[in-house]
Amino acid sequence: MGKVLMKGNEVIAEAAVQAGCKYFFGYPITPQSELVAYMARRLPEVGGLFLQAESEIAAINMVYGAAGTGVRVMTSSSSPGFSLKQEGISYLVGSELPAVVVNIVRGGPGLGNIQPAQSDYFQVTKGGGHGDYNIPVLAPASLQEIVELTSEAFDIADRYRTPVILMGDGMLGQMMEPVEFIDGTESELPEKNWATTGTRGDGPRRIITSLELNAKSLETRNEALQKKFARIKENEVRYKTYLTDDADYIMVAFGTVARITMNAINKARQQGLKVGLIRPISLWPFPEKPFLETRDVVKGYISVEMSAGQMVEDVRLAVNGHAEVDFYGRTGGVVPTQEEIYQKILTVTGGITV
Amino acid sequence: MSMKTVFKKTNGLTDNPTHYCPGCTHGVIHRLVGEVLEEMDILEDTIGVASVGCSVLSYEYFNCDMTQAAHGRAPAVATGVKRVLPDRYVFTYQGDGDLASIGISEVIHAAARGEKITVIFVNNAIYGMTGGQMAPTTLIGQKTATTPFGRDESIQGSPIKVCEMLATLDGTAYIERVSAHDVPHIQKAKRAIRKAFEAQKNGLGFSMVEILSTCPTNWGLDPYESLEWVKDNMIPAYPLGVYKNIEGGQ
Repeated sequence: MGKVLMKGNEVIAEAAVQAGCKYFFGYPITPQSELVAYMARRLPEVGGLFLQAESEIAAINMVYGAAGTGVRVMTSSSSPGFSLKQEGISYLVGSELPAVVVNIVRGGPGLGNIQPAQSDYFQVTKGGGHGDYNIPVLAPASLQEIVELTSEAFDIADRYRTPVILMGDGMLGQMMEPVEFIDGTESELPEKNWATTGTRGDGPRRIITSLELNAKSLETRNEALQKKFARIKENEVRYKTYLTDDADYIMVAFGTVARITMNAINKARQQGLKVGLIRPISLWPFPEKPFLETRDVVKGYISVEMSAGQMVEDVRLAVNGHAEVDFYGRTGGVVPTQEEIYQKILTVTGGITV
Repeated sequence: MSMKTVFKKTNGLTDNPTHYCPGCTHGVIHRLVGEVLEEMDILEDTIGVASVGCSVLSYEYFNCDMTQAAHGRAPAVATGVKRVLPDRYVFTYQGDGDLASIGISEVIHAAARGEKITVIFVNNAIYGMTGGQMAPTTLIGQKTATTPFGRDESIQGSPIKVCEMLATLDGTAYIERVSAHDVPHIQKAKRAIRKAFEAQKNGLGFSMVEILSTCPTNWGLDPYESLEWVKDNMIPAYPLGVYKNIEGGQ
């Protein structure tokens, strides 16, 4: 299959279909509505089902019901709608059900606007709903990467029986790029003998629940969940580095901003400034390794975000005082320009050729 | 002398003892649903969806695959299950706080879509599990923890009549309100539950049985007085009968 020119939201949808997702429950919200519309057209072609729910809350709970039967199922939304899904996401975690939830982030808080942002970082990486939990979060930076990560999101969901968040900013959802869909090999996945499909003479009945009235029992359950989160932290870290080997300063950015930051880095390099990039792909688990490897040799890090400074807190934790951590961010849906980021590099580094 | 079994517990329920208060009719209603599932021989093809409230643990009692839903969301969860498994039977078991308050949107839209699910709606006109607060179904003048002077229509509005409301929607196939306050009505209730599951079996659309039920603990009445209270106060406010039967006409 050759390259096709597609919109980001549609790439997510097609990649999900190709990953074996046959069920989608969604609700329109800008800037992710094309994903919903694509699924409405596409899923009937593969014998799947698209249903437009009456609200984001209903959609995530339909996902909960469908996930309980063991199928690959997805929903998507954008920031205000994603907030509404938090209740259901907490239940998916508590009941250990696999699903993929897409958040194409827009400016907030409140109704905000429909411009691209990354200001849901805390919400996706620090729990978001009630209770102690973490969810794997994958943040692609290009449409081609969406193809790969959407498929991986479903695999991670099935492997750990957890919801997985695919997070992109509105720019990624709305932009068009040539992409190639590559026939993937089916991963070896655990059998879903926990699914509620009607017992049909097939052993004892099954119950899906997150209720545990006894405090000690619930603590035991939480401990098991925490062990699972630790396994995910060990196995599912994803990141890329760019020109970090000899860097004096390292930029940290994900998604669309990482691409703009790379251009700023290229410009800085032309001026002889040794600047590199760490691009987290999994926002949770946050990639600590590239920081452990560099924090004692670099002079500092600069986190660049489309938020008032959220990921920078994880950068500080990873750096743990070993180097300076600076921040540059724009909010409200403003996308930082290459020049702005370059100027920030000059300010932080002193513009000195080293 | 050989003994003949004339009555036994339905296989539609597990052996778990229920947690319901003395005089509460949840136990009776559970048994009716269990008996219908057993008599229709569909227990192994059924997935039940438990709600939040007093019936939150119903997944421990029904002898079939069960999923526990968030407060009010059972019809959305049931939609997800049924749309993946259209040849299975899917039912929700919800109280009035769950269905008529926080979950009113989910039940209206599931009904409007004509989801081929069966909703067992237990209406005791009060929040039981949380300690006797006002429900959308609380009667005018009824005293609860949050209407200590009695529900005042000018302040708290009027009770929601769920059967009447859902019967107006094209997607509903079978809607009936019954009561569990005495034996003849319990028998009628069982027939209604059977009809609702048969509507699902025949793919006719959304089916719901509302069952007027008791809450002696939060009503502050003994079990017998509670049954009388259903008859004397709830039935006049919530008339019994078939509100929709697309086979039999309205």
